[in-house]
Amino acid sequence: MQFPGRRRKLNTNSVQGELYEHLLQFYGQPPIENISLTEFETLAVERLKLLKTVENVGISHVKVSEEYKKKLDSEFKNLNFPNKESEYDKRRKDHISHFILRLAYCQTEDLRRWFIQQEVDIFRYRFNDLKPKHKLEFLHRNDLQYGTIGAEEKQTLMDKLVNSSYAGSGTKVEDQDIYKVPFQDALDLVRTRKVYLKAGYVYIPHQDIVTIVLNDFRTRLSKAMALTARSLPIVHSDERLQPLLSHLSHAYVGQDYSIQKNVGKISLDQIDSLSGKSFPLCMRQLHQSLREHHHLRHGGRMQYGLFLKGIGLSLEQALQFWRSEFIRGKVDADKFDKQYAYSIRHIFGKEGRRADYTPYSCMKVILSNMPSQGDYHGCPFRHSDPELLKQKLQFYKVSPSGISQILELVKGMHYQLACQKYFELTHNVEDANFSLNHPNQYFIESQRLLGGGGKDLKREVETPQKTKPAAAAPELTAKDVPEIMEDLDSFFQDA
Amino acid sequence: MLTLDYDPASLPDLLPLYYRRLFPFAQYYRWLNYGGVQKNYFQNREFSFTLKDDIYVRYQSFTTQGELEKEMQKMNPYKIDIGAVYSHRPNQHNTVKSGSFQALEKELVFDIDMTDYDDVRSCCSAADICSKCWTLMTIAIRILDRALREDFGFQHLLWVYSGRRGIHCWVCDEAARKLSVAARSAVAEYLSLVKGGEDTVKKVILSDPIHPFIKESLTVVERYFSRYALHEQDILGRKETLDKVLALVPEDILKQTLKILTCLLIQFNNHHFEKEIMLQYCYPRLDVNVSKGVNHLLKSPFSVHPKTGRISVPIDLKELEKFDPFAVPTISLICEELDRPKPGEDDEKVDDKENEKDAVERRKIRDYKRTSLAKYVRYFDQFLDDVARSWKGELLRKSDLQKEF
Repeated sequence: MQFPGRRRKLNTNSVQGELYEHLLQFYGQPPIENISLTEFETLAVERLKLLKTVENVGISHVKVSEEYKKKLDSEFKNLNFPNKESEYDKRRKDHISHFILRLAYCQTEDLRRWFIQQEVDIFRYRFNDLKPKHKLEFLHRNDLQYGTIGAEEKQTLMDKLVNSSYAGSGTKVEDQDIYKVPFQDALDLVRTRKVYLKAGYVYIPHQDIVTIVLNDFRTRLSKAMALTARSLPIVHSDERLQPLLSHLSHAYVGQDYSIQKNVGKISLDQIDSLSGKSFPLCMRQLHQSLREHHHLRHGGRMQYGLFLKGIGLSLEQALQFWRSEFIRGKVDADKFDKQYAYSIRHIFGKEGRRADYTPYSCMKVILSNMPSQGDYHGCPFRHSDPELLKQKLQFYKVSPSGISQILELVKGMHYQLACQKYFELTHNVEDANFSLNHPNQYFIESQRLLGGGGKDLKREVETPQKTKPAAAAPELTAKDVPEIMEDLDSFFQDA
Repeated sequence: MLTLDYDPASLPDLLPLYYRRLFPFAQYYRWLNYGGVQKNYFQNREFSFTLKDDIYVRYQSFTTQGELEKEMQKMNPYKIDIGAVYSHRPNQHNTVKSGSFQALEKELVFDIDMTDYDDVRSCCSAADICSKCWTLMTIAIRILDRALREDFGFQHLLWVYSGRRGIHCWVCDEAARKLSVAARSAVAEYLSLVKGGEDTVKKVILSDPIHPFIKESLTVVERYFSRYALHEQDILGRKETLDKVLALVPEDILKQTLKILTCLLIQFNNHHFEKEIMLQYCYPRLDVNVSKGVNHLLKSPFSVHPKTGRISVPIDLKELEKFDPFAVPTISLICEELDRPKPGEDDEKVDDKENEKDAVERRKIRDYKRTSLAKYVRYFDQFLDDVARSWKGELLRKSDLQKEF
């Protein structure tokens, strides 16, 4: 292999042996053995599979939940990566494959971010899984030392420490060591207010030490990736590796729905009817509120504007669309051109940084930029009160049993699954046959199901005859669907 | 006349006067130069000007105080925004390779705007404010100032009235200026309690145990709540506002409460609803996006608000309870004050030996001192003296290091 380290060749064996003594590693040392190209490729592909799996599990489960852990337990076994007690071979594979993907994923900011995120999630899962004894051993081995506070200081702060740590988590705060580090080293805990913060320092009970370790891991990995990127030209000069690596890096995110092969296929007067038929709830809600208030705040304009761009609106259409709606409200044409047209052109990459922005994925909609007062963006399954969501679904004529299924998923924080359920119910299919992670994917799948152009609603509906295990309440029948659609169409035309 | 009405049409006539004789350039430069501890700190700072007819000029930068003065007196911006300190001079951003022009540092900033409180204030809406709802800003400052100092350990906080309906905070500590985007967003999230948009009725949800930060914030809110919400806003007084409050009370409590015909704010075990209501009505609502980005622009102190004509002035927290946004001087007022006869002016003799520039400088200092702007500039001076103590320490450390080698 092409990694630096020829100097250390003499003591290869002892280094490797030491490296794989512990289940978990910080990936400080690159591997220095020779491997065949075939093995190089196999290892890389398998780790990529692992990362994709970790990403998917992370989307459908809460990251520290029991379910998440179980799911990953089984995935690690299937993919033959080390977890729990595992042998030398798996650790070696873990090590080498990590470094191969570093090469493939250091090239751009986006790739790096994705890679680091998945690796951090894997690390967290593994670290949490360690026995306390092994955790300490790991810290020791990697020279991770964090300052603790003395008994006296602990006593004076006890009250506050107890009130700011996770409630009901095993050992009492009193019995644990408390680490004191700058707040910048434990941002995840600060963000969620799950730690005591005083004068710029956080006080972390031992049980939460994973946060600091993780932060350390992330920082080191991020630095290492930047360094790797610098030496990339040398790697790329190797014609055996270059195509392999670029192929690997293309495999990661799937669609970003920015490719505009269908530009101009949609006309503006179709949008109202499409919003009822094929828009996911988040976009339908934005559309409705735009029609109602003739205005959307910045967050809404970004989320909806990029979605529209993704379904094929051209810049000219988008400008016309937003202008015609805004000038019906408080904004006159002049003000629109001055204040808002810029941001429309901006999201089409025609202003400012001239970046061609991609439509927001579900993750982005759910996690970033929480809606606040006056906002209608975000994910309705995540950001609506269950009671309001219920009313909304009733208004859209989702069946009561469907609503309760959706609300159940929402309660379990499976927002994308809830949206997928909504898709299945409104399109009257048993199983949507895709895993929803993007509003534009929702649109495309819906259009595919409805027969392309979306003009012909009276498609052939394959009514699934399989009996459903749970839902006893009346389901929508296939016949109902076109009617509902028509209802909604007329609703939007009225609005 | 002291309460001179401001007419937006007069702005083009007043701005040249303001920038020539009143704008505190010396203090402004002293602030943004931060003692010259870091090379090119002022030179690489982005300014952006909004000119007549909403023409927006970004990426302005200046090498010296003199250049900044000259340019502002030439352009007479309606509004000035301050951006980040970049890796290169912002006015040359087109000449460097794309990607290498990056925002490196900026004060940690907060923006609180009264429009974000529209669902919980009944006195005004949108851009309007009155002395009743201004209490919300007082509460916001009290809560955030405490948290930023005590929890995060920052010391140099400049609170500024935006000139119309909100307030800004500039955290000027070196550590704050160097925070990453992730850290800024974590700080902003830590400080955000009221969450959710139009589709969320209940925007504050507390769970046990209550974090010390929330406890501290509640203490502040409790100090103001009954006077502000129950009396001034009278949230229980009218049907529609009362309904809004009741929508936040859990149903079982509501029934019980009705049964025993008791007051709404009675304490129930294991419920935080009364705390949640207080927070939803009074807790500061931050525009998180402004705080997050290193490169986000924010209206500069001492910029004029083009709609109201009021100067964006620093707020002295020692006088916070007395701060009245309607008493903040407008550009027309201070320009008029300038034209009044100058008491004692003739006593001061300008020394002929001194060069002309000094004389101009001195006249300018005297100029603002004769207007209502004086006390705000004086406070800004005090603030800068404090900040200077920390950069002087830094300079000493640096020179010590150099001697060692």
